Formats: sequence, structure tokens, C-alpha cells
Amino acid sequence: MFTLLRLAAVVNMAALLAVVAFLVWNGAGALGWEFFTEPPRNAMTEGGIWPCIVGTVLLALGALLVSFPLGVASAVYLHEYARSSRFARYIRLGVNNLAGVPSIVFGLFGMSFFVIACGFGISLLSGVLTLAVLTLPVVISTTEEALRQVPMTFREASFALGATQSQTIVRVVLPAALPGMLTGAILGLARAAGETAVIMFTAAVFFSKAGVDSIFRPVMALPNHIYVLATSGADIEKTLPLQYGTALVLVALVLGMNLAAIIARDRLQRRR
Amino acid sequence: MSAHSALGDFYPTDDSGAAKESLNITPPGFSREKLIRWILAGIAGCSLLFLALIMIFLFMEGLPIFASVAPADFFLGRGWYPTFDPPEFGILPLLAGSLAVTLVSAAMAIPLGVMTAAWLTEIAPAFLRRLCKPLIELLAALPSVVIGFFGMVVVAPFLQEWLDVDTGLNLFNAGLMLAFMSVPTICSVAEDALYAVPMSLREASLALGATRWQTTYKVVVPAAFSGIGTACMLGMSRSIGETMVVLMVAGGAGIIPTSLFDPIRPMPASIAAEMAEASFRGEHYHALFAIGMVLFVFTLAFNIIAQRISEKNRRSLD
Repeated sequence: MFTLLRLAAVVNMAALLAVVAFLVWNGAGALGWEFFTEPPRNAMTEGGIWPCIVGTVLLALGALLVSFPLGVASAVYLHEYARSSRFARYIRLGVNNLAGVPSIVFGLFGMSFFVIACGFGISLLSGVLTLAVLTLPVVISTTEEALRQVPMTFREASFALGATQSQTIVRVVLPAALPGMLTGAILGLARAAGETAVIMFTAAVFFSKAGVDSIFRPVMALPNHIYVLATSGADIEKTLPLQYGTALVLVALVLGMNLAAIIARDRLQRRR
Repeated sequence: MSAHSALGDFYPTDDSGAAKESLNITPPGFSREKLIRWILAGIAGCSLLFLALIMIFLFMEGLPIFASVAPADFFLGRGWYPTFDPPEFGILPLLAGSLAVTLVSAAMAIPLGVMTAAWLTEIAPAFLRRLCKPLIELLAALPSVVIGFFGMVVVAPFLQEWLDVDTGLNLFNAGLMLAFMSVPTICSVAEDALYAVPMSLREASLALGATRWQTTYKVVVPAAFSGIGTACMLGMSRSIGETMVVLMVAGGAGIIPTSLFDPIRPMPASIAAEMAEASFRGEHYHALFAIGMVLFVFTLAFNIIAQRISEKNRRSLD
């Protein structure tokens, strides 16, 4: 009977390996120096994906730049100050539900709030801010987990030496929790890089000649590029190698970041 | 004194005002500590603020549709023809599409996820567990657009050829792709639940002569039942809100599905596909936001049910 359970596990692993192997098999041919460094040419049927890579990196890093300080401060408040007060319970409820909001709803929110109400337009800035809200729960929950791992004795020792609570947090607790927090940051980065529905409404265009010269301009991005090429490009059959190549780059980027986070966490746990 | 006031947050001491007054000392940095605490509380409140803003803007842009379309026609209307003249805004086909694809994916993902979790906690040797858990996390990390792409270029032609259906982009294909997206969620939450079952229960069962399989499905799984319930709710919440997969793979036909291989148009796909062509603050635009509202309420309900179940579980374990 246990064969059934083994089979289920094998099916899962096989699904991951199938997707990755398939993309590597078909996409590796498209990769090359030109693919990484050139913008698309000839109605998107030739050339590379350089502007998409830049766009995705800027969107993900920008989002994290906003959500990381906010998330860390929230987690510090929840874990070091509030603990299980009523206010903290409401915040936790809010964070949990924010994590469950579908990405398309984040897209609608970003469009109506940042793009229209704040007047930022379809732009890098709108995309960054919407993605920041989306990654906030990831940063908060991983940081809180990292703070939980810091032994209570560290804090007690610091207090006993006469340090105030803020001094204790800045000089003792946060440095001890830093590796765990960075792991969370990488996960947030990966989540933002792979997100499609949000940037479709807030930041991405299929093609922009100018490149990125202002945060108020729309950008090209990898996920959006795959979607448009695969569903409504000028010549879907002809761009198939480009689609595989772009998908492979995105998967390598996202899985690479996740793998780095997993390995870092593993090391951390073994050291303890 | 300052250290004492700081400790107060960890060890509730009876720091009554009278004692402070009699000492008549304001601890140095006291007000600064208070200020920091309030600033951090304000930042932590941002999450609630964002959730509130999402709701406000969703309802602000979505509710106006009910000025021109009666709620009954909106929710129960069978025709979604937003670009016709006169347009029809009945979301029943989209609602049915979303529910159908969620159920199909749940039918595949729940057994698969729970069985994998049971394999991980009950029988997998340690080295396999250490290898497989990260792999499942990686499966969760695959961007949805890539899974949608895979469904389009690999699974759809395959289905079309082998099952001889009109289009490979259909309910079954979308359900299958969503299943692989929700399996990691279901698996990791269910695994936590199974892991939390006390070892003594297993030992008692084995001591009574039950086999390991009997112990697993008659003792361990029932003991972790509510945790597994949470896992299923969270998995379904992820399926119903997922956009790119259903946008690329579900086929896009706004009909109420009658067969497993009918093309469908779930709610997120409709929003994503049509928002670009909807005129700003026109009827169609408001209707799409109203669909977003419905979607938000659905996922919120799933999440709250999941949280309730897990809270109850925690209390009963204590």
C-alpha cells in the first residue's frame, strides 16, 4: 500500500524535473551572447531579451528595497514588542490574508491606486510599489521566523548589561537574525521576479524602444515577454525558440534564487 | 532603571505608576524607546492599511456596475458578452469556470499532496526526505507564467492528439497545471500537521498489532485531519486565484462547462484578458473590478476557514 504514497511523491518530483528538463532541452539552443545582450529586433522575431532582464531585475530589486525595511520593522514590532497583544493579532490576521490575495487582485489594486489615483501611470514605479505590497507578507513571515530563532538568553544578557530594548534589537537581535532575514529577502526577490499578472496591469509593456531612463516609464519584463510572445506575438511559431529561451532564463533566475535561499537556510540550521 | 523598563516587555512586572512617582526618575531614553515602539507599530499597521486599501479600491471601482446591472443579473446571468451592443454582464459562466477548474485541480492535488506528505513523514528515509523537501519547495517557486507556457506548448498538443478533443486548451489541462501549483502548498501544510501527531499515538497503534499502513491511515491521518483540512483550503485558495495558468491554458470560452474537456474562462482569466480593451470607468471596467471583488471574497473566505480550522486544531492539541 505504501507504493501508492511513493508513487505520489515520484509524480511530484517528476513534474518539476519534466518542466525544467523540457525547458533546458528546448531553450538551451536559443541562448547565446546575443540573446542576453541585444534588444528584440524585427517585430520581436529576432534578437535578444536584454531589456526584459533589466526590467525584471529592476522591478524585483525595487520591490524588495521597499518591502524589506517595512517588513523587517513590522516583524520586529510583532515579535519583539507586541507579541500576542490584540493589535498584534489583528496585524497577523492582516498579513495572513494579504498573503492569500490573488495576484490578479493585486494587479487591479495597483492599477486603480498607484497607476490612476496616485498618477504614476503604467510605470516602473507603479510596478515596484505593487510588487512591494505583494512581497511584504513573505518578508514579514520569514523575518519573524528568523527572530524566533534568536535565543532569549541573547536578549537577557543584553538587558542585564544595561542596554535598552532598541539597543538590544539593533546590536544583538538583528545581527543574530540577519542570515535568516536575508534568506527571506531572496525568497521575496524570487517571488517578485516571477510575478506576471501584477506587472501586466501596472508596469510592463511588450516593447519599448527607449530602455529604462526614468522610473515613470514602463519597462519590459521577462514574464510578460513570455506571455505575449506565446499568445499574441506577430509570428508565434517563428518565435518559439525565443519563448523557450526566455522561459529558461526566467526559471533559471527564480529557481537559482530559491535554491540559494534553501542552501543558506540549510547551512544555518546545521550550524545551530 | 532603563534596563528594567525594557525588560518589562518580556517579563510582565508590576510596574505601577505610584512606584515610579515616588522614585521620581524618568529613565534616560524612556521617551525615545516609546517613540521607537510607536513608529514600529505604525509600520506594522501598514499591512492592515494595504489590505484595507485593496478592499476600498476594489469596491470603489467594482460596485458602480450594480447601478446599471441588477445584482441578480450579474451573478446569475448566463451570458458574458461585454463588448456586444447591448452588452451582457452575466458572470455565471465565469463563476462556473472558476469553481470547475478549482474542483478539478483539487481532485488531483489533494490526494497527491496529502499522500506525498504522508510519504515524507511516515516512510521516507531521512536522506530522501532531505532531498525531496527542497524539490517540493522549488516546484512551488516555478513562476506561473512558465507553468502556463508548459501547458500550452506541451500538454495541450498532447491532449489534443491522444484524447482526440477539439482543443487541448481546456478545463482538464488547466486543472492539471493548477494541481501542480497547489500540490506544494497542500503538501507542506499537511506535512506539518502529520509531523505534529505525537509519536506515542503511532507507538500505541503499532503495539496493538496494527501494521504501519493501518497506523498511517487509521491513526495518524485522522489525528491530523484538521491540519489536512487547512492544507486543502489553502491549496484551493491558491487555485481559484491563480491567473496566468488559466489565462493561457483554459481555452477562454465563456460557457458553463458540461464536460471535462470543455474550454472555459475562469474569473481571473477574464479580468486579465479584457482589462486592456475595457474603456476607463466604463461599464465593462466596473464589471471586471466587480469580478475582482468576487474573487477577493472567495479567497478571503477560503483563508479565513483555513485559519479557523488550524486555530481550533491548535487549541485542541494544547
